[in-house]
Amino acid sequence: MRAADALFEALKAEGVEHIFGIPGGANLPIYDALYDADLDHIQARHEQGAGHMAEGYAKASGKVGVAMATSGPGATNLITAIADAVMDSVPTVFITGQVRTDLIGTDGFQEADVTGMTLPIVKHSFLVTDPRQIPDYIHKAFHIASTGRPGPVLVDIPQDLSRAEIEYSPSEGTPDLPGYKPPTEGNIKQIRLAAKALANAKRPVIYGGGGIINANASEEFRTFCLSDNFPVTLTVMGLGAFPAPHEQWLGMLGMHGTRTANYAMDEADLIVAVGARFDDRITGKLSEFAPRAKFVHIDVDPAEISKNVPAHIPIVGDAADVLPKLTREYKQLDADRSRLDDWWKRIREWQSNYPLRYEDSADSEIKPQFMIEAMYEATEGDAIITSDVGQHQMWTAQYYHFDKPRRWLNSGGLGTMGFGLPAAIGAKVAKPDEQVVCISGDGSLVMTCQEFATAVQHNIPVKVFLMNNGHFGMVRQWQELFWDERYQSVEMGPSPDWAKLAEAFGWTGMRCTDKAELRDAMRTALETDGPVLLDVHVTKNENCFPMIPAGHAARDMVG
Amino acid sequence: MGEPGTQEVVRLEDLEASRQLTGRKHILSLMVENRPGVLARIAGLFSRRGFNIDTLAVGPTEDPDISRITLTLDGAVHPIDQVTKQLHKLVNVIKIRDMEPGETVAREMALFKVNAPVESRGEIMQFAEIFNAKIVDVSRRTLTIEVTGDQDKIDTFERMVRPHGLLEMARTGEVAITKTRPDS
Repeated sequence: MRAADALFEALKAEGVEHIFGIPGGANLPIYDALYDADLDHIQARHEQGAGHMAEGYAKASGKVGVAMATSGPGATNLITAIADAVMDSVPTVFITGQVRTDLIGTDGFQEADVTGMTLPIVKHSFLVTDPRQIPDYIHKAFHIASTGRPGPVLVDIPQDLSRAEIEYSPSEGTPDLPGYKPPTEGNIKQIRLAAKALANAKRPVIYGGGGIINANASEEFRTFCLSDNFPVTLTVMGLGAFPAPHEQWLGMLGMHGTRTANYAMDEADLIVAVGARFDDRITGKLSEFAPRAKFVHIDVDPAEISKNVPAHIPIVGDAADVLPKLTREYKQLDADRSRLDDWWKRIREWQSNYPLRYEDSADSEIKPQFMIEAMYEATEGDAIITSDVGQHQMWTAQYYHFDKPRRWLNSGGLGTMGFGLPAAIGAKVAKPDEQVVCISGDGSLVMTCQEFATAVQHNIPVKVFLMNNGHFGMVRQWQELFWDERYQSVEMGPSPDWAKLAEAFGWTGMRCTDKAELRDAMRTALETDGPVLLDVHVTKNENCFPMIPAGHAARDMVG
Repeated sequence: MGEPGTQEVVRLEDLEASRQLTGRKHILSLMVENRPGVLARIAGLFSRRGFNIDTLAVGPTEDPDISRITLTLDGAVHPIDQVTKQLHKLVNVIKIRDMEPGETVAREMALFKVNAPVESRGEIMQFAEIFNAKIVDVSRRTLTIEVTGDQDKIDTFERMVRPHGLLEMARTGEVAITKTRPDS
């Protein structure tokens, strides 16, 4: 059969049902084969959108997301999504068309060395040089993308090679990759040592990240946290791994985390990091980060351990394997629960002194935090929420109480504005029976709003709740707080009439400017068939607090 | 410490984190898949992570599917542990060995073209003899000398001939192999 047909046979053998992509010259043979392939193809409007859809699909389902693009600009348009996927460890396979092999290196039409360009942002990549490699590379790509620390894998296929005739035989079993042996089981001696350290800790904090969600280990994480009265905090990527609210829940930590979580890290004597990578948004000033603490670091990626913060007890392994063992070892020690009483007294003080709060308006004005609370109520906390990047993202992380994994899909590492809408489309494809809501900002949404068309064409009924403040709000906030209020290029100026814009694409467009009507408007939007955009006009100059200014320590929190 | 359920105390203050910097030169020997683009992945990783390679040598091994990359870097500025862990993440890197200085034979070859008029020619040739070096090319005004040895020896030779006028120098970077015990 044609290699392009074998490509789809190989994809189906990996369990692929949906592909997001855009055709073009160099991947014409691939799209010709798709004609017969009996696979659901979601035709995006921009390759970045296709890439984020694949990410949203992967994040919501835990399965590998697949996006396709043609050579040259199609491939370069994917790059933001690939970089996003590597930063947030999203299992994805990107399949690009490449110019014919005789044109490679000649600066041919729509030629771009996408394999070279993406080297620093892929988990791995394959440039096909022989058509017979295609099924094998797909098999390897899925294995690499989905095991160990997940990530994006690129398969670049020259046009002439995808047209070639090959013998197809399915690739099965674990592929032979001599340089790829992801660790799974944690070292039991290290786990015992960690359990004993915990049993002797007086001020422990459990700090979890997105790795728990990737490992599908939220249940194991919860059980571990509840094996004693351990205080728990999560990164923005980890939200949902522990059911919030909860007695042991301190709130999110980091730059816009709660004071309680950040102060607890600051005073902790033992921090157990699980699937988290001590990003600068967590640590702030590294030299003053958690100065009293010893660190247990559990991660499936050995390179994360001691990368930013030296670990005292490193445990390399899959959280789903390590956490039950750690729980068992810890329980055997029968530690004295009351040793944590003083610690909790201190934490409760912070909690009562510094709850998350905002000053609500006295009139009909909609405060952005109020909008998130209204969204929580309107969805009854039971929805997949995708987010763009900026203030609305942080307010959602603060005020929407995620109690299950894979319900909060956002771009945490790369911080990609424009992620939210396409990710929502991908998530809805993965989970058609769940309510999928994209919370976005007017700065972010316009960056990928062409994907309104995709939702209509493929009948994907996502809802967009637009937090419209007429600004690049987070940048405006930084200019206000740290750049002497010298506002430059942060006003959105003549914004589109968002409801009309959505309607022009075939969506239902709604607008809300009155606090009293917001919850009902949201409920109506959720109950309306098809894709709906609700343009919510919120306070223009609200700042997102509390906040650790960049490069400062937790103690320096403002707001 | 490693026994389950025993109550030995683990005092938190006794826990120590592994040291990041070793403060000495390291020779890393990488066995990699012999494929196009592998060197680019390694070089790209070094530049992206801000690691500085002192020397790099690439060549075939006894297995045609595998190449050996030998690189040296300074453990006083780079956390070698982090470097090797990042390298391990590259799918085409099969094996990495951080060569123990005492258990390693390391050699580098260098070519020196030295200004050698009649007055100093004798002294330069003497240096060459002391360093077991070979004179591989000669002209009325220059000598080209081939030296083999570890990095220190070649550095020393360079210092000896530089005052005479070092016209050109080419060094291969070290290659290394582990010693085998005499009785095995």
